[in-house]
Parts: sequence; C-alpha cells; structure tokens
Amino acid sequence: MNQRQKEEYLREYSILKSEGKPFFPYAVAKDAAMACVVMICIITLSLVLGVEQGSKVNPTTTTYVPRPDWYFFFLFELLRVIKPPSLVGLATVGIPTLGMILLFTLPFFDRGPERRPERRPIATATFVFVAIAMALLTYDGATVGTPTALNINLPTSVAQQGTAAVAKFELGREAVAQNGCEDCHDIAGNGNSGPGPELTYIGSRLPANAIGRTLANPTAPMPSFKNLPANKFDAIEYFLSQLK
Amino acid sequence: MPLHPVAEAGVTVVDWIDERTSLSGAGRWMMFRKVPKGTNWFYTLGSATMFAFLSQAVTGVFLAMYYRPDATGGAYESVRHLTNEVFLGAFVRGMHLWGASVMVVLVFLHMGRTFLWGAYKYPRELNWIIGVVLLILTMVMALTGYLLPFDQRAYWATVVASNITGTGPIVGPYLADFLRGGSEFGATTLSRFYAIHMLVVPGLIAALMGAHLYLVAKLGTTAPPWKKVHKDVKLDTIEA
Repeated sequence: MNQRQKEEYLREYSILKSEGKPFFPYAVAKDAAMACVVMICIITLSLVLGVEQGSKVNPTTTTYVPRPDWYFFFLFELLRVIKPPSLVGLATVGIPTLGMILLFTLPFFDRGPERRPERRPIATATFVFVAIAMALLTYDGATVGTPTALNINLPTSVAQQGTAAVAKFELGREAVAQNGCEDCHDIAGNGNSGPGPELTYIGSRLPANAIGRTLANPTAPMPSFKNLPANKFDAIEYFLSQLK
Repeated sequence: MPLHPVAEAGVTVVDWIDERTSLSGAGRWMMFRKVPKGTNWFYTLGSATMFAFLSQAVTGVFLAMYYRPDATGGAYESVRHLTNEVFLGAFVRGMHLWGASVMVVLVFLHMGRTFLWGAYKYPRELNWIIGVVLLILTMVMALTGYLLPFDQRAYWATVVASNITGTGPIVGPYLADFLRGGSEFGATTLSRFYAIHMLVVPGLIAALMGAHLYLVAKLGTTAPPWKKVHKDVKLDTIEA
C-alpha cells in the first residue's frame, strides 16, 4: 500500500467506524454469548469424554509407540508422509519453521490494499489448500494405527485357516512392528530397505522352523529374539512364514 | 434525590480510586469505542479464545493445588489421587484437558478469519505478529502440558518432541538440552516443563494478550472487507 492508499483506507475506516455501534453493550453481548458457548463445550467435553490415566512411566520399555495429542497430528503425519531418511529433517523442523517464518512475515510481503477474499486469489487459494491439507493430515493421523504398524493385506491362505490363524497372524504383525524389524528390513514396502534382507516373500524362501532358528540365533548385527515371550516369538515366526 | 447509602459508598470508592489513577477514562475509551457496522459472529472468535485461556488459567490453578512435579513417582500418584479421589477432580482435569483442545481450535479459527478477510493489513501488521507469537505460545502450552500427567503416553511423546527439537538448526540442540535439563531426559525435565507450563508461558500469553487487545482498541475492529462507504458521506461531518 502506498501513502495515498493508506490514507484512503484510514478515511474509509473512520467513516465505517463512526456509523457503527458502541462496543459496550453490543459487541460485549455477542462476546458474552460466545463465552457461554465455549464454557458449555468445555464442560460437555469433560463430562462426556472425561480423562484417563495411562500406565506408569517405564523408560526402559522399547515397545511403546508414542503418539502426540490430536492437534499435533498434522505435524506427526508429515513424518509418515515424507519417508526418505534424507528428508526427515524437512518434515520435523523444515516445514514447521518455514510455516512460522511465512506467518510472521505475511504482512510484509502481502501489502496490497485489497481485502476481499474473492479478489485475493493467491491468498484465498493458499488458505483453502492449507486448511484442507491440515484437515486431511489430522484425519490420517487419527485413523492410522501405530506409526510403525505393518500395512499388509491378510493373505487369503491365512484367512482360510480360520479365526485362530488370523489372530496369530495379527499378533505377529503387531509383534514385528513393536520389535523394530522394520528398522532394518523392508516388508512389503514398510520399513527400511537394509541393512537386513527384504522379508516380503521370506515365507517362500524359508520354512517356519528355519525362520525361528534365525530369530533365535541371528547373524550380527541382528539382535536375538529368543527372550521374547513364547507366544509372541511363535506369532512372529508364523507371521513371517506366511509372507509368500 | 439522595442515593441509597450502599450505592453512595460505592460511588465514593470508585471516585477515590479514579482520583488517584484516572482509570475511568481508559475504561470509557475501551468500552465505549465504536465497532464498525456489519461486524458479526466471526468477530467473537478472538474474545472466545481469551475466554478459553481464562478457563485454562482457573482450572490450572486448581490442578496445581494437587499436582506434584516429582518424576520418581509423585507426579503420577498425585494425578491418580486427583482423578480418582479428589471431589470433582476428574471433572476439573477434564475441563483443563479438553479446554486445551478448544483453545487450539479457536486460535486457529480466529487466525483463519483474520487471514481470509485481510485483517492483518495496514495498519494492523504488528497485531498480526503478536497473534502469531500467541499461536506459537498456545502450542507450547499444549506440548508442555502433555508431559505433566507423567504416564507412558505423556513420557514417550515428550521424549520424541524433545528429540525433534534437538535436530533443529543452530539453536536446536541447545534448546533441547535446556528443555530436558541435560542431554538425557531425566528427573529435572518434569519440573522444567512444569515451570514453563504454569509460570513462563502463561505470563507471556497474558502480557501479549493485553498488548493484542490494546492494539485492537487503539486501531479499531476491522470492518468486514465487503463493507463500502457511501460516496456522499463527508469526513468532516463525522464526529471523531
């Protein structure tokens, strides 16, 4: 805005303001009504959804999958959407920092006199894009399972063996995710491709008992899983043997 | 007609204070300023955010009466006691927990309205910047408050958050060390988060909200961007 536009704005604004109503009681009444709505929302949420207390902190656990509160899901989902390790810094720090810088400097690079949204196409399009992106990322963050969960379809051969087999497969899926197998193995597009071999079709290359032997007595640097509870160990062995 | 003695006493007290502070002028300036025609319900989002903050402050005071920032088990136990045994404890904790969500939603809606209607433009640029700081501080409140119940969920989310902070450019590692009170997540981390959550950031938020409100009153509430002046109005016919 140049000096003439600034003065024109101030002049128009002072006219609009003088035609308005006093803050008290007109705007105050609306604000008070809105405050009541906010209070009712907070009380209702507290009564309906309540609070819960999780289990006590255990810093030695390695299986707990952290999740932030829902309003950080959009940042948290960026981490899942941006997969290559070289770009993780972009998701965790780069994009939020850039967003903050853009917000702070907005009044300095958008200095046009126009205020109507329909005549500021770039600003309005940015608003719509950011709002939709944040809504989608929040929705995604709310609906995914644990961030390390294995995204694999249930093999039909397992489904045909009945509910006990399906339950064992699902237990194995969870145990594989919890034990960090994906840190070193690619499993059908989940996890890192290395240093360990790909496990997508491991069941067609090794029989179940051979998989079990490798889990118990692996080649370094893979850790041994022989100290896992027997049901989890069996479930992992079964799960991997069904990947064909 | 003479006033009722109680009303008379009230007037005397107000006059006594006003004679020494001259606050009534400021009050009139704040309350009887004009608000442009056409302001609507979207204009209540800012005051609604402030109200949510006040609710957080009041419920937070009650929670602080029971909470102990003791990482060796006291924190978890005090939250359990508050939630399960204190009269209305779970209700007040629920209000504080969900009030945080409500405040975050309102702060984003308020910012969205300001952005969409171009209300950050001249002469309100500085107020937009203060608003961005308030948005970030609100998110800092949400993040630091998440640790305080000190259950598994709280602990591990905060470990991740402080590790992410550590990957930031230049100041990242120092900021992470400052937050944790060392290079590892330890016993001092909880009391640091507690101090930041209930002393540092709320103080900053209250001060900046005051500045934000002062500028709103000084510069005036924006008119909706579609409002236009009728061309026949002359500026000099208008009372200031």
